[in-house]
Parts: sequence; structure tokens; C-alpha cells
Amino acid sequence: MSRARADEEEYWHSSKFRAFTFDDEDDELSQLKESKRAVNSLRDIVDDDDDDLERVSWSGEPVGSISWSIKETSSSSNSSLEGRDSSLQKGSSSYAAFPKQVSSYSLSSLFKGALCLSLSALSDTGVKNYAPELRRPKAEYKDYSSDWSPKDTVRRMQRGKVCSLERFRSLQDKLVLLDEAVAGNDGNVITAVLIFLKRTLRREILFRELEVRQVALCHLIHFLKESGEQKLLLDLLRFLDRTEEVALSQYREHLNIQDVEKRREFLKGCIGLPFSAEDTSHIQDHYTLLERQIIIEANDRRLEAAGQSEIFQKYPRKASILNMPLVTTLFYSCFYHYTEAEGTFSSPTNLKKTFKIPDKQYVLTALAARAKLRAWDDVDALFTTKNWLGYTKKKAPIGFHRVVEILQRNSAPVQVLQEYVRLVEDVETRLNLATKYKCHDVVIETYRDLKDRIQLTAYKCKVERGSADEEKINSILNNMVRNAY
Amino acid sequence: MAAHLSSGRVNLTLLREAGRRELREFLDKCAGSKAIVWDEYLTGPFGLIAQYSLLKEHEVEKMFTLKPGRLPQADVKNVIFFVRPKLELMDIITDNVLREDRGRSPQRDFHILFVPRRSLLCEQWLKEQGVLGSFIHREQYSLDLIPFDGDLLSMESESAFKECYLESDQTSLYHAAKGLMTLQALYGTIPQIFGKGECARHVANMMIRMKREFPGSQNSIFPVFDTLLLLDRNIDMLTPLATQLTYEGLIDEIYGIQNTYVKLPPEKFAPKKQGEGGKDLPTEPKKLQLNSAEELYAEIRDKNFNAVGSVLSKKAKIISAAFEERHHAKTVGEIKQFVSQLPHMQAARSSLANHTSIAELIKDITTSEDFFDNLTVEQEFMSGIDTDKVNNYIEDCIAQKHPLIKILRLVCLQSVCNSGLKQKVLDHYKREILQTYGYEHILTLNNLEKAGLLKPQTSGRNNYPTIRKTLRLWMDDVNEQNPNDISYVYSGYAPLSVRLAQLLARPGWRSIEEVLKMLPGPHFEERQQLPTGLQKKRQHGENRVTLVFFLGGVTYAEIAALRFLSQMEDGGTEYVIATTKLINGTSWIKSLMEKLEPAPF
Repeated sequence: MSRARADEEEYWHSSKFRAFTFDDEDDELSQLKESKRAVNSLRDIVDDDDDDLERVSWSGEPVGSISWSIKETSSSSNSSLEGRDSSLQKGSSSYAAFPKQVSSYSLSSLFKGALCLSLSALSDTGVKNYAPELRRPKAEYKDYSSDWSPKDTVRRMQRGKVCSLERFRSLQDKLVLLDEAVAGNDGNVITAVLIFLKRTLRREILFRELEVRQVALCHLIHFLKESGEQKLLLDLLRFLDRTEEVALSQYREHLNIQDVEKRREFLKGCIGLPFSAEDTSHIQDHYTLLERQIIIEANDRRLEAAGQSEIFQKYPRKASILNMPLVTTLFYSCFYHYTEAEGTFSSPTNLKKTFKIPDKQYVLTALAARAKLRAWDDVDALFTTKNWLGYTKKKAPIGFHRVVEILQRNSAPVQVLQEYVRLVEDVETRLNLATKYKCHDVVIETYRDLKDRIQLTAYKCKVERGSADEEKINSILNNMVRNAY
Repeated sequence: MAAHLSSGRVNLTLLREAGRRELREFLDKCAGSKAIVWDEYLTGPFGLIAQYSLLKEHEVEKMFTLKPGRLPQADVKNVIFFVRPKLELMDIITDNVLREDRGRSPQRDFHILFVPRRSLLCEQWLKEQGVLGSFIHREQYSLDLIPFDGDLLSMESESAFKECYLESDQTSLYHAAKGLMTLQALYGTIPQIFGKGECARHVANMMIRMKREFPGSQNSIFPVFDTLLLLDRNIDMLTPLATQLTYEGLIDEIYGIQNTYVKLPPEKFAPKKQGEGGKDLPTEPKKLQLNSAEELYAEIRDKNFNAVGSVLSKKAKIISAAFEERHHAKTVGEIKQFVSQLPHMQAARSSLANHTSIAELIKDITTSEDFFDNLTVEQEFMSGIDTDKVNNYIEDCIAQKHPLIKILRLVCLQSVCNSGLKQKVLDHYKREILQTYGYEHILTLNNLEKAGLLKPQTSGRNNYPTIRKTLRLWMDDVNEQNPNDISYVYSGYAPLSVRLAQLLARPGWRSIEEVLKMLPGPHFEERQQLPTGLQKKRQHGENRVTLVFFLGGVTYAEIAALRFLSQMEDGGTEYVIATTKLINGTSWIKSLMEKLEPAPF
């Protein structure tokens, strides 16, 4: 966080922005509490049998709702026999009258070889009494006929009627049919026609014709994606010269490969694909990372099983490092392999170099890992730099306030915390952090440097009575007085 | 059960009734006892149309959730699958059917009900698996527009935005047009159509065409709607990305409202009866239905969250006072009257208890430091500050591995508020995201780029400041308690989409031609002729009714803003809202993310 918190606050108050807090914090909160109290006290007056009142089961599912009934009816699977019997009777009697044979007219026969879009054989089942305006005119109840025009065919298909597409034999006819389907806007029908064309046209012709029919083209691509016809999809995209899409689509495939070795091989093959320049480097990194992870995993699993490595015994691995993101891998390596020489694949410095991890990212991750292990010396070393004269200096690319936060989250002791709080440059932020984490020394020294008697006096109540801290405050206050004379 | 649907200006119970009628007709077609196998996603939307009792009246005896394996034993004549037309569902159905014991007697008949549309593709798929012939009835149930509330309709089509803007598949627009035709059949032809965006244009074209293709079925219903406004989601991609700050919006942001239901952590809802303290703490989430049938909720849902606390405390006082009345009831008559009011008072008390608990839950979050920091950055972006460089807070969030969706929301917001990011900034974010969350997310980033949410600044010009100023999208003096402008729903930012609706009503779009041109897609106006007898003679002072249809999704905050406009005294227009899906930034981004887990089937 670059803008120090104090700055931010000042900025906040001085700018036109509104913080999203209740205007009058305490008042608002007490209002809520008050209504809660009132509400609770009323329970004594009214015996609350809400359940009866609201007819809601605890989970809130209203009794009688569909999702509630699914649980209900499927659990008591042997419901009243009586009811079932009677309904069965009723069922079978009406069943006899049910024209089942008609339905055999539908599918298998029509689908054989020919893609016939056979919709419900009970021809008028599709009619909706939904809305008067949408009701089909009587004339359309006519039976199947073979010489519908392309336009009529599309219209019938939109209404869910049986239509044979087989009679559209010439390319010309097929294209007219497709154009009609596109004009009708019903994706369902467009896709059906495309399936027909895909089956009856040579690829090159299909591709060529679709290239000038963008809407149909999009539908085909979507359909091929959905139905997993990866090969045809890639052919099509290549034909269209949509190389980046080809690359991404092929890369996507790696997600379906569970075996890591195979996945690695596959990713290797992806590197040469025509990605954008920026993406190519990411794909390359993806491959390299997995390659590393496989080596590290094999090694560490062996180490852990052998039971001779102290770190693995003390902190057993919770999961395998395979397929984890880069930063997670870096954390892992800072945790288990921190001191390794740069030459090994598992060393943090090697990862940093290979993947050009920025300083900031590296320091954050290393800090988190070492703090978790409570390796305070490592933390110290992380921020210590020597200049050519041999003087040491503390530097943090992420700002020391961030360092403090991370250390605090890993419950670093006050002595350690204090050291870094002291290094926070912005006075206001330093004071805030020091007060928050009870680094008394830093607070006291900062007020001393600011020559702020009032604050210092006020701070006396925050430290323990008779402690060294109190003494320190007293002595500073005395000195200040003396110096004033 | 559905009284709240008829409370608005347009009686949406009619639509619900039409839906119920159609369902009954289908069920009766499969004579005899039935079991329904549900695509789980559909139970929510169906719940808004029908209760189990309706199904039961039509001999539905069992209901199961669709899953692979053998179908449960149930002695019924018919097994009906209620499913969306999705190929992965077809695979499950195939599995169910193939495992059915052929030797059982009597045999069960299979049927499929596709919702909202039959799909020839799915049927082809079933055929290839060799099971298509097993189904006697294969039908569709056109659940296009589902009434959610007295002024709200949704198609609940979760992939509509992705299909329209990523895959250029306009099937959901076709359904939208169909839904609008149904509405017109029930509520009369809408004389005026306005629109902005490619999809809007497309839907209007389809409506006009469909109208032409049903000649001779002249609609003789007096028009309820005066105007239809079609809006593409991609003309305003900013609004859903920002955190909604209305009560309902925040409930949705934090807990996610599904088909008017919300699931909440149970702790705050534990019954506090004497002598029961501590034990039997519920572990199941508390599920509540949220709609305008609940008086208190209707009053507070659209308020800025900062204004909710005071309403709740006022209500608490009123209810307490009402219960105190019992001490003053002396005569039998007075006592009788008090008792007669008890059920209503009890309901009000329990409603107040629930919302006080919810408000507490939300407040815990809105007062957290991270919520504050996140909102600060959002508001900076929306008001145009520092949108062209890498943002420190976003970097910090990535370093701390906050949820990826949160990061993507912020980065996309920055991109939208800067008409695209500088190439260097974009590359930097991309790199950090891929290194921290995994390289496979390159697919998601690509989708976002394709949808225009995350992109490099190509023109080298940032139009957003002009749009912001002209449409007054950022208001400095927002009043959250007693709002005088729609910007209260985001505590400063006025949703662009709703501003367009507001300006259309008054003074008209002609005043903002220049800005409209900066937003993607055409803007247009169409008129549909009405027979002379049906032309409206407006009573003096009668409000116009406008149906605003959001193609690609709408947020609760936008709905709140439109309701605010409906209620303005001199507004002159009342709004009914329709959409392909109720969304928030998180669900929206999620719908665009690449599914990284291979499908389980």
C-alpha cells in the first residue's frame, strides 16, 4: 500500500469522497441494537410459534414449495398405498386411451439416415394456449407434407413440427434454407440446419459458405464447442485464420488431462502455437512451472517418506505442489527449500530468476513463508542490505508498514514487530501501527522526537503502572521540562 | 401466495396464471401417476409459478433431483424429466434411461419437458445415444419471463450475456422476443419501442417480424404499457461491477439472492427461548424469501443501507407500543380487538426480527476495513481518479490472494472507467493475476477481453469523463437518507443505464445524441400501430408505464433506482423491469469465467 494510511485518511476527509459508514456510527449501531432488544423482549409477550404462522420449515423452505417437496416425497418413498392404487387405476384407464402407437411414428424411423426433425408426433401438442395471439391459425394443423418451401420449413421447425430436410439436395437449396433459418433468429432451428449441412456438405464448401454467413458461423462454433467436436472446431478456426483462437482452444484441452506427465507433454506442444506475443511467454512459463513442479514433487515426496528431513517431519506437507500457481510454488520453496543454492530447481532464487518474479512479489512471499516458520533472522536478512563501505541498511521494496502487517498476522513477538514499526517512515502511520500493536517504545520515542508533551502525557495511561515504559515517559517529560528552561 | 404480483401498476398474476395453465395442460397429457425428475436449477424458477400442491392435483406423486445412476424406485406410470436443454443434462438422462430395469412391470413411460425451449440439438444427442425413442412426449415449457415481483420479470437465463457477447449466439434474444410477444398478448401491443445497443435492435426487429407473421390475430386488448425500452448490458458495463449499496443489493452482493430466496448464516436467527439457551444451535443456513409480500421488506429493500437502521428502530418502537396496548385493553371488546390484531402484529414482529438480524450481518461487513478500502477504490475509479495507472490496492489484494473474482471486478471496473487500460498497465495486471492464481486463467482473461470488459485502450482516447459529466453519473452531494437522485443507490454513482431511462422520459434522447454515439450499438425508435379503438386517452395526471428490458442482466441497485423514479411525485412514469437474468458483479464475472474443472460427467 503506497499511500500511507494516515495520508489516505487525510485525503479521505479532505476530498469529496464519501466513505461508506454510518453517519453517526455509535448512534446507528445503538439503533440496531435497540430494535433487536425490542424485538427480543416481545418474544416474552407473544409465544412464538412462528412455524405455524409462517408455515416455513427451519431451512426457510416454505412448506409446499417445490424444492421442499422434492426432499419430502423422495424420502418417504413408500407413501400411502391407497392413494397410489387409486391413481394407478386412474392412470391405467386413461393409459389405454392414450394413442401410444402414434409416437412410434416419430423418431427412430425418421432419424434413420436422414436428419428429420421429428417433433412430437401428437402433432398439436406443441400448441400453446399460452397467449391468444400466439395461437396457431387452424390452417397450420395440416399434416406432414414434403414440399414446404425453405421459408415454410423454417417456420414449421420454429413451431416444433416435423420437417424433412433431406429434400434440400442442391447446395443452392441448402443455402437458402440456412439463410431462412438465420433470418428466423431461432438458434435452435439454425443449429438444426447446421447439423444437416455439416452432415451433407463437404467441409471446404461448408466452411467457405459459412465464412460469409457470420451468424450461422457463430452458431456452428458454439455448437462444436458444446458438443466437444474439437477437431472439426480447430479445422474451422484454422480455415478462418483465427489463429489465436485456435491456440487458446487447443491450450484449453490441457484442463482435461489428469495425468501430470501427459499434461506436461501437452503443454510443451502448446508453446509453438500462434498466441499473441504476451500470451506466448505465459504459456512457456506454464510449461516450465509444471516441469519444475514434477521434479520438486518427486524429490520431496521421497524426502518426506524417508523421514530424515527435519522440516518435513515438523511440518508435513498438506498437499502436492503439482498444478499450483507460481506464487504458491514460490511460497512452498521458501518454506521447505529456503537455504538451497541457486543451482537447484527447488531453490527460491532459482524460481525468482527463471520466472523473472519482481522483487516486491518475491519479498512478500519469502517474508510470509519465513514468518510462518518464525525464522526471524531470515526475515531480518531479507531487508538488510550492505553498501560498498560495509555499512548495513534496512530496505523494503514493499514498505515497512506492509512488513509489519504480515509479521503481525503471523503473530510475531512485540520485540520483532517493534523493530519494523520503527522503520516505517511516515510518522502518522508509524504512530498508528505502534499504538495498535502496543509497541510502547516506538510510540514514546516518536512523541519524544515530535516534542509532543501532551500526547506523551496522555499515553501514560496506556502503559502498565510502574513499568519501565512509564519510567521512560516520566524521565522524558522531566527532561523536556528542564530543556524548556 | 401471489398477491404481491398484482400490487403493482401491471397485474402480473395474469402472467403467472398463464404459466400455471400451461403446466397443468402438459401434466394432464401424461395420464396417470407421475414422478418428476428435476434439473435442480429449475426448481427455483418453477417455485415462482407453482407449488407442489398444483403438481399433486395432477397426480405427481414423487419428485427427484436429476443425477446419474439408477432412477429411484417409484411405482408410477410416468417419469417426466424437467430439464434445461443442455447437453450435459442429456447425458445424465441417457444414463437414467439406460439403467432402467426393462423387466419391471408395469413399465414406466418417459417424457421430457424442455424449459424454456426444445432443442433439436439435444434431441439429436439423445438419438445418438440410442435413447430418444424411449420418450413418449418431448415438449417445451416456454417459461420465458417469470414474474418475480409486482414490477419485476426475469428469464433467469444465466448464460445470456455470455452467449450474446462472447459467442454471438442470439438464441436468448429470440426467447426474449418471444417473451415480449407473450406479454403483448396478455397486456396489449406496446405502441412505442425505444432501444440502445446491437441486441436491443435485434430484439426489436424480431418482435416486429413476429407481429407481421401472425396476421389475422389482431390483438384487441387495451395496451397497459405505453413504452418499451430495450437496453443492452454492454452499453453500461460499469454499473454491475460496482458494489451495490442498497439493502437488497448488499444482501445479494454478500449472500446471493436466488429466485427471491436468500440463505443466511443461522447463528443470528437462533430462537432465544428461555430454558433452551445454547443447545440445538441450528447448523443449516436460514432460508428466507424476499419479496414485496413482506410489508417491511418492501419498505426498506431499495433504501441505501445507511438509511435502513433508523427505519428498523422506528418500527421497533411502533411495534413495542402496539403490544403495550394490551395493558389499556380493559373491556371485553377492547381485548377482543387486541387479540384480533395479534396475528398481524406477530408477523410484523418476526419480520422485524429477521431484518434486524440481516442488517447486523451486513453491517459487520460494511464496517470492515477491507470493505471500506474496496469501496474507496471503486469510487475513485467511477469519479475518474487515477484510472490510468496500476492501482496499489488491487496489487495488494493480489499479493494477499483475495478471491480472484474480486480482483477481476476491480480491474474490469478500472478498464471500463478508462475506456480501456494502457497496454503496460493491462500487461502488468495480467502477469500478476496469472502468476498468483494460475496460468490457466489466461482463458478467463481472454473471455473478459472479448466481452470488452477488460481491454487495451485502442483509440488512445478516454471517453468516460465526457459520458460521466454529460449524464451526471457522479454526484457529489448525495443524500442517502432522503434521496433526491438515483445516485443514492451507489452512494454517489448514478447507474448509467437508469440515467438513460430517466433522460428518455424527460427531456428525451435528442438532448444526449453525442453521448449516445459514444456508447456501443445503435439507438432507435419504433412505433407499433394500434387499431383506432385501442388508442389511449390518458386521464390528466395519469402516469405512463414503461417496460425497461435489460438484455444481459440487471442488478438490484438498478431496479431500486428505477423504483425510485417510479415513485417521484412529478416523475410521470412508472417502470416495470424485465431482464434475462438478475445479476451482480460477482455472478456476472463468474458467468464469463472459463470452467476450469472438467465436467463430472
